[in-house]
Amino acid sequence: MAENIRVLVAKPGLDGHDRGAKVVASALRDAGMEVIYTGLRQTPEMIVEAAIQEDVDVVALSILSGAHMTIFPRVMNLLREKGVHHMLLTGGGIIPRTDAEELAALGVGTLFGPGTSTRDIIAYIQEEVDRRRVEDEI
Amino acid sequence: MKLLDRFLDGDRIALSRVITLLENDRDRRSEILDSLYPLSGKARRIGITGPPGAGKSTLSDRLTSQLRKDGRTVGVIAVDPTSPFSGGALLGDRLRMQGSWDDPEVYVRSQADRSHAGGLSEATPHAMTALDAFGKDVIIVETVGVGQSALDVSEVSDTTVVLLTPESGDSVQAMKAGLMEIADVLVVNKADREGADRFASELKMVVDMGRWEEDWKPPVLRVSARDDTGMDALYEQLDAHGDYLAGEGHLGKRRLRQGRSAIEKALGELWRGRLTERRERDDTLDRLSERVARREIQPLAAAREIMDGMDGLSN
Repeated sequence: MAENIRVLVAKPGLDGHDRGAKVVASALRDAGMEVIYTGLRQTPEMIVEAAIQEDVDVVALSILSGAHMTIFPRVMNLLREKGVHHMLLTGGGIIPRTDAEELAALGVGTLFGPGTSTRDIIAYIQEEVDRRRVEDEI
Repeated sequence: MKLLDRFLDGDRIALSRVITLLENDRDRRSEILDSLYPLSGKARRIGITGPPGAGKSTLSDRLTSQLRKDGRTVGVIAVDPTSPFSGGALLGDRLRMQGSWDDPEVYVRSQADRSHAGGLSEATPHAMTALDAFGKDVIIVETVGVGQSALDVSEVSDTTVVLLTPESGDSVQAMKAGLMEIADVLVVNKADREGADRFASELKMVVDMGRWEEDWKPPVLRVSARDDTGMDALYEQLDAHGDYLAGEGHLGKRRLRQGRSAIEKALGELWRGRLTERRERDDTLDRLSERVARREIQPLAAAREIMDGMDGLSN
């Protein structure tokens, strides 16, 4: 199993409801992960910049404002533009299934809705990181 | 292109990957440092330490902006504690370090201390080497929140800033030992709060009474990092300390001390590595642990037995 998994937890957009993000961040920490929490009102550009500098395995976004169809594709595109291909982009919020399917087609990972057990999120992240980690040739 | 070639080419993603490898990959750490260490040594290293909530991240953020105005490139390493129970960590320093997020010449990296004592992670000095070799002019290292011990930062910094708040007042007596002694610059942050002036004068008295090895006596400054008050004076003092180090071989002396401390740390790392390997190969440690628990042998003698059983450090 992948060790020292690093996750960026960010809250893009203008709504101030960060309880969910904090709950997930704490749960991931308690599962032995290193969680970088960047807080509220993050733009996609800030998120991608932080993800690169922190070399995270996972970018997890909490979006409750309804802006998910703008923000997820934007973050995904920025990551690809910068040449980052191994990171998992995932998240949670109020996201209709059809939207989640559309985002999945763009390469976004599973998105978790209200009532999700943090155990499921942890298991999902561990599995994905195991699959995605690449060995660099130095 | 291979990772180190991309690193030398100025690729920031490669820098990030290199730091991760230095943190995680014990086997290849040394090989990477073979390439990077000769390129390092040019950056100015500033350590920032102090109790939790003193404002270390905010100060780092403001200092970074000021350094950038001077055209100096900056790398920041911010260390937060790892939970000894879960092995996980919540790294929140970045939250207060977003003043230069869109500046490509500023690189901020959060690091979990992975239960390493001393206020830094075992890999912090290695990450500093990477930032230095990458060409950053100034490296700021921010420790976990510390009290009286955890003094590693002074062994990797050219200038150590100890950050306190007016509320730290009651513990001045305790702080005379340890934290106070590693300070090159003392900062009373949140100086807009009540008691800041009195606390600053008390600190000055402690400094005046102290015996300082070198002929640099740490200045005591009042700052409110959040409001950017007093930052110019701090900036001047950091420059003054830089000038002081540049004169009369002081920097050379510090770097020698840093080198010695780095070797001692590496020796400890090697020994621990050998011990872990050994544990996988045979049950000496388990066997001796049982005997120590039964009081059949005392711990120092047990350690000696293990040490004698190891065939040197090469490997």
